[in-house]
Amino acid sequence: MRRLTALLLIVAVTAGSFSDTAKAETPLGKWARDAQQRVVKIYGAGGLKGLEAYQSGFMVSPEGHIATAWSYVLDVEPIVLLDDGRRYESKIVGFEPALELAILKIEVSDVPFFEIEEKLSASWGDPIIAVSNLFNIATGNEPASVMQGTVASVTDLNARRGTFKTPYRGKVLILDLIANNPGAAGGAVIDSRGQLVAMLGKELRDSATGAWLNYAVPANALRQTIGDIIAGRKTTIPDSSTPELARKDSHNPDALGMVMIPDVLEVTPAYIDNVSPDSAAARAALRPDDLILLVNGQRVDSQRTLRSLLRTVDRRDDVELTVQRDTQILPVTLQP
Amino acid sequence: MMNRIIPYLSGLAWLSMVIATIDTLQAADPITLDPILEQVENQRIESIARATPSAVSVFVPGGGGGGSGVVISPDGYALTNFHVTSPAGSFMRCGMSDGNVYDAVIVGIDPVGDLAMIRLLGRSDFPAAELGDSRIAEPGDWCMVIGNPFLLASNLQPTVTYGILSGVGRYQYPSGTLLEYGDCLQTDASINPGNSGGPIYDAQGRLLGIVGRASFEKRGRVNVGVGYAISINQAKNFLGYLHSGRIVDHATLGATVTTDPDSGVAVSNIIESSDAYRRGLRFGAEILEVDGRVVQTANDLQNVLATLPNGWRVKVTYRADGKTVNTLIRLMGVHLQDELLKKMAGALPPPPPRPQSPEKEGEKKEDGDPPADGDNKPPQRRPGAARPAKPAVKLPKQVQEQLVQRKGFANYFFNLAEQNDFIASLRNQFPFQELPPEASETESVAKKEKTAWLIKGVTDQNPAKPVRIQVAPDKMSLTIGDQQIQIENRGDMYDAVIDGTVVGLLPALDAWRRMLTEGPRKFGESYYLGTMPLGGERPLRDVMVGIAGELEVRWLSHPDSGAVEVVEVFADRDEDPAELWLIRDADSKSMPSMLDLRYGLDSLIRIRVKSWDQILASELNVNLNDPDENAADENAKEAPAVPAAEDSGEDSTGRDRTDEVKA
Repeated sequence: MRRLTALLLIVAVTAGSFSDTAKAETPLGKWARDAQQRVVKIYGAGGLKGLEAYQSGFMVSPEGHIATAWSYVLDVEPIVLLDDGRRYESKIVGFEPALELAILKIEVSDVPFFEIEEKLSASWGDPIIAVSNLFNIATGNEPASVMQGTVASVTDLNARRGTFKTPYRGKVLILDLIANNPGAAGGAVIDSRGQLVAMLGKELRDSATGAWLNYAVPANALRQTIGDIIAGRKTTIPDSSTPELARKDSHNPDALGMVMIPDVLEVTPAYIDNVSPDSAAARAALRPDDLILLVNGQRVDSQRTLRSLLRTVDRRDDVELTVQRDTQILPVTLQP
Repeated sequence: MMNRIIPYLSGLAWLSMVIATIDTLQAADPITLDPILEQVENQRIESIARATPSAVSVFVPGGGGGGSGVVISPDGYALTNFHVTSPAGSFMRCGMSDGNVYDAVIVGIDPVGDLAMIRLLGRSDFPAAELGDSRIAEPGDWCMVIGNPFLLASNLQPTVTYGILSGVGRYQYPSGTLLEYGDCLQTDASINPGNSGGPIYDAQGRLLGIVGRASFEKRGRVNVGVGYAISINQAKNFLGYLHSGRIVDHATLGATVTTDPDSGVAVSNIIESSDAYRRGLRFGAEILEVDGRVVQTANDLQNVLATLPNGWRVKVTYRADGKTVNTLIRLMGVHLQDELLKKMAGALPPPPPRPQSPEKEGEKKEDGDPPADGDNKPPQRRPGAARPAKPAVKLPKQVQEQLVQRKGFANYFFNLAEQNDFIASLRNQFPFQELPPEASETESVAKKEKTAWLIKGVTDQNPAKPVRIQVAPDKMSLTIGDQQIQIENRGDMYDAVIDGTVVGLLPALDAWRRMLTEGPRKFGESYYLGTMPLGGERPLRDVMVGIAGELEVRWLSHPDSGAVEVVEVFADRDEDPAELWLIRDADSKSMPSMLDLRYGLDSLIRIRVKSWDQILASELNVNLNDPDENAADENAKEAPAVPAAEDSGEDSTGRDRTDEVKA
């Protein structure tokens, strides 16, 4: 009830201020404006039918760390446009497939950013605004779009496993506004205090009913990972200082029993085509169509990267893989 | 009232009521509303009650679809979308929340901006929306959309949806060159098919814009939280053009620009025949401001231009070679007129099927064309003209009475009405047309033909030179000091304007004199253009156009007083026109104190007017070389009124004149 009153106060002051002065910075307008300044537009891979080459993100550090949804848009190094129209090339400094979260970094300082809360403060009935660049409506220096609504419920998304195709298994905020549109993924959900409460997820459709879900991943679920990545404890950038070993001393996909799909592109995704019997891969129960995302915590963006990462691992050592199997994110240890 | 409003309360209020109820149940206290909650809801109820009566549910007769609209003046003028009126053609039925259905006739259309003006008929006291100011709207402002989604308003009660502005100054690409949404509003208030053309209001119930499109994608043609509205400020720019009954076009600068990170909006290409080029805009110049709005990116510039009508002359500030230049630029059209008509015909959705035989349709067409004004050719239907109404039902009488079809016009009836207003106003200001304008047409035309103007004054310089201007049919002269220029035909007038000489005064004055005596129908091809700024300044002036031979003349009149402020004579579209500025010390009924002839931005000559007499043309011959200025002045003072011309009894003069003009 107190939260509702808070929004209604905002409404009341908004309404009242019009009669006083034609042009007033209304609290709701300021609320929206503060949030818009922390939201960025992200451009990357895609552009084919049904695959938009853009999404949203928001600043999580004054040094230009940006939280966004992990998606195909990030298959290339993305371009980031700030609220004021400044344009940057970004680096993917970390990602967590199980959270569908990626952290980008641009070279700026002293930018406005969102603090990530430790505990989930939102509950059903809370008024919120969602700020994102849905449909890529805002271009250049135009501010992101603002939508308003309420948190309808806080619930588990995995209640009916397989209904929604996402690897995320934690709690979500279900929203009563149509927030999850093309390009909205990575947008910010803000409560009436101006506090970031959640990140808009990728578009999800109930495979049984065809209904589209409007949801967001609570900020507190992302906090640990965001903190780790910013602090450098969990970077997925390949460590270039690790020397490559001689071929005979290092791992390679074939020796581990992973037959990859033909490497015909500049960046062929690291999909497993077949698993050799009695191999390390077979013992770890890898399957055809598994996509290798990480090798020892480092990002695999192509088969070329996979091979060069394996070259840095002694063939007598275990290899920690993170693979995506359909909507599941699995940690796998290959023992030689 | 409450029973109708309650269903419209937002989920928020509803939710709070539920919570209040739950609290009550738990606490067993009587239900009390938080005073703030009550105040907010009461305000919202008031605003909805204020806004709803002006909302219109548009239905295409014969079941061809429909949309929404909003009444903006008590005499029934309403705005809607071009794409709502286009399937209907000229006639639609409009439901309002008072429970009545009104017939409506098309007035003017703007296919590029997706706007249309219609007029609801049958009342002179329609509830009209209060126009707001979309420039001060901001993301986060509460707003509401009232209209006819999914054509639900079969009980004539419109649907209210509530939300916030998600963005302002948005740009949504046109399809081809039509239906461009520049500088538009984006809202999360639900907008669905059928809301098109309807109003979006601010939280106080003031009209913010005209809802027109939404982002639909894979989820089907239903709201996904993203709707767009044409800003009311853009609509305000076009109101005068739409009132003209024309098919109107949007503006371009005649230049392309790029956003340069260092120098803002830089000109990358410019058409050499454009007014922008004549005003010094060149490759690399940085455009800073257009029509009073700062532009920092190419998108900003397109957003501003998209809201301006073709032909407007607006203030532009640009920087070139380190110098900042403030100038005025006449904007070009996005299309050539015929090009627009062609594109429009292509863009129109096919008309809904109508069970009707061709002969019957032909019959109806005749019925649908009321007798045009005497001077009009019978309405013609050509390919590319506004799609003629093919009503499944017979046009109501009052719609027929206000519908005249003509190429290039959505409804020429409204242009004729504006022309009549113009000539009435012209005849009611100095120099007065003393002869009864309507009474005995043939008789008075003959008299008026004889009227000539004799204007005397001095140049506004030191030392001042005496000036004598004579304007009469076939006899025009300009004497400045001891230099006299006489011109005899239209070719001379054309050359004077092209060469940018002081003689440009004469075609301007002659056109005025002739418009006054002959009226717009005999002047040549005349039409009311709409409204535009004068010298880049508001209020918007009424503009009447008269084309005679190769000269196109424009009268710009003040919207309140009707006083003509500038007469422009274009000899060539790609050259500066001669602009005759009339400076008055008093109201429109008094003689202008100063004539100022300008080309581009430069004043060529300023003349202090001492006297301005209407005399018989035959008297001019005698006075042609009269050097006695003082005597003439005194005469003028004694007899300031226009001398009554003698009745010559001729009745063929007018026609002769008209033919000559057209030659």
